[in-house]
Amino acid sequence: MKPTIVKREPVVDEALDQCEARLTEEQIEKVVNEVIDKETGGRLWTYVNTCIHCGLCAEACHWFLSNDRDVSYAPVTKVKDTIWVLLEKKGKVDGAFIKRCSEIAHTECNLCRRCGMYCPFGIDIAYMLLVVRRICAKLGMVPLYLQDTVHSHAATMNQMWVKPDEWIDTLQWQEEEGQGFVPSARLPLEKEGADIMYSVIGPEPKFLAQLLGNITVIMKVAGLDWTMPATAGWDNSNMAMYSGDFEIMARVERLHHETAQRLKVKRIVMGECGHAFRGAEYDGPTWMGWMKPPIPIVHAISFYYDLIKSGKIKIAKKAKGPITVQDPCNVVRNGGLGDKLRYIMNAVCEDFVDVTPNNRYNYCCNAGGGVINVGPPWKKKRVQGNRIKAEQFKRTGAHTIVTPCHNCHSGIEDIVDFYKLGMHVKFFSDILIEAMEIPEHLKPKEE
Amino acid sequence: MYEFVSGPLVWVAFIIFIGGSLYRIYNMLSKSKKENVVFPHMSLKHSLASLVHWVIPFNNQYMRKRPIFTIISFAFHICLIIAPIFLLAHVILWDESWNMSWWTIPEAVTDWMTIIVIIGCIFYLHRRLTDPVVKNVTDGSDYLLLAITALPFITGFIAYHQLFAYKTILIIHILAGEIMLIAIPFTRLSHMLFFVFTRAYFGSEQGHVKNSKDW
Repeated sequence: MKPTIVKREPVVDEALDQCEARLTEEQIEKVVNEVIDKETGGRLWTYVNTCIHCGLCAEACHWFLSNDRDVSYAPVTKVKDTIWVLLEKKGKVDGAFIKRCSEIAHTECNLCRRCGMYCPFGIDIAYMLLVVRRICAKLGMVPLYLQDTVHSHAATMNQMWVKPDEWIDTLQWQEEEGQGFVPSARLPLEKEGADIMYSVIGPEPKFLAQLLGNITVIMKVAGLDWTMPATAGWDNSNMAMYSGDFEIMARVERLHHETAQRLKVKRIVMGECGHAFRGAEYDGPTWMGWMKPPIPIVHAISFYYDLIKSGKIKIAKKAKGPITVQDPCNVVRNGGLGDKLRYIMNAVCEDFVDVTPNNRYNYCCNAGGGVINVGPPWKKKRVQGNRIKAEQFKRTGAHTIVTPCHNCHSGIEDIVDFYKLGMHVKFFSDILIEAMEIPEHLKPKEE
Repeated sequence: MYEFVSGPLVWVAFIIFIGGSLYRIYNMLSKSKKENVVFPHMSLKHSLASLVHWVIPFNNQYMRKRPIFTIISFAFHICLIIAPIFLLAHVILWDESWNMSWWTIPEAVTDWMTIIVIIGCIFYLHRRLTDPVVKNVTDGSDYLLLAITALPFITGFIAYHQLFAYKTILIIHILAGEIMLIAIPFTRLSHMLFFVFTRAYFGSEQGHVKNSKDW
């Protein structure tokens, strides 16, 4: 098979370059075969033996479509240039090849699984690229910024090097912010036996703290019995899942679930994040052999859907003007929450404009799957690699895009900026907090 | 020569085809057992739902987006399977050797079905040569598989119309059919065996585990 013609602007990523210089071919061969023999089985074998090289998956990929149908971005090409070679050569490849594997798997694929849905045989291409990430991670071939978040997980059990006192301090600050809306609102820490443990991802206390204030108000208005942990285990995000370091992924997920068990809650409600849902609901429990989370996980979309549908939260004034939405892959295509998302969007927006394609067919934001976490060196390629997303939003004519996922939020902000769309990017709770009715007795008393 | 290819070699081909297929499926299942996710994630309901949406033409979004590919692919695969099984000449052979027979399709129809299979092969060949994505992932083995698939139908067509050298063409036709049977389990033609399982698994994972759909 002829090698793929790959045209890329050169990107300097110190971690990849240093790793390439360090790796020996013996190490590579050993690790590749170890992963393939011990960690894969029927799926990889059957997928590789079934793929008839038809190329129908290409049409699914936002990278391929945005880069003027550049063949090197097609899902089947990504498989051809990585796992096919590793299998065929039984791991006898050099460091430069593993570096290219990491570039493909970590920086040019979001594991969004849209291509799986376009394969006539249902071959899960994203799974194969996750296997490639696993091999890269075991060899230490992980982009610098992504590996930094993994180090943070390992050292602090959160993604953003948030220190324990900063965590509690931020929660108390945001409790006060929430009390500006509803003076009796509380953000209860460590309340054993509460109904709900609310967990968030590392970036919320780090630079999106207003979301914690929002939830303080929402919980009070809905009259729910909830708590947040004051200890590590509060962070539900998991970049180790995306780097391929599944040992650290499992530590993070285990602590998150065990924290909920320690607090004896009935369910975990998580903030607006897609990959965190995937990690807590699926990747973590399956890797650990639990198969299902011990305590049910409820994503923010389902949570708000229940609150609005049951009337626990009433909408006083809907948000004005055309507002559109981004379907996060990990909770819509791979979580089935698309219809609920539309229900809550219609509930809080006067003029909700849907995207096309939408729901489980939606294009990925191109930030998920750890691709935004590979950091600034790769940003230009990432933003250029999702032109179709910008075009899709432009067609809606909306002034605001609601993104119920942190990766989507950051990725789409970059796209809005780069393609000069002039749109606002907001979380659902930002819209909800403005739209919902605060009952008279909860409102601040006027002096 | 004719006696050899239409006698012992048929036995060999069918034994390898059936035995090989069983072996490959067994292999797939035992490898899947090694993975803790595969069997616990399977669900009959979602497997069937996925299959229904992907073996009925235009029953999913992607097929509707690519009507020409869908029509040709379905016509090709249906004819490829139905024509040889219900061809009058083949059923007569079964009747002569085993005294068993089933209903047949009129020869004029199977003739057209053969042409459709050949057109399908030309279409796939054309895609392999021109579509940049497909071209990039095509190597000699892909052309070989296409040839293995096309040859029994091309020679069958010539033999049926007795265009030239009937005896020789007939021998080549039988040989080509035998090669195809033998190739099915051990090449990527095994998608004939595996696609049911890959579909069932992906449908189950999307439906049963992830509460979504895969069509």
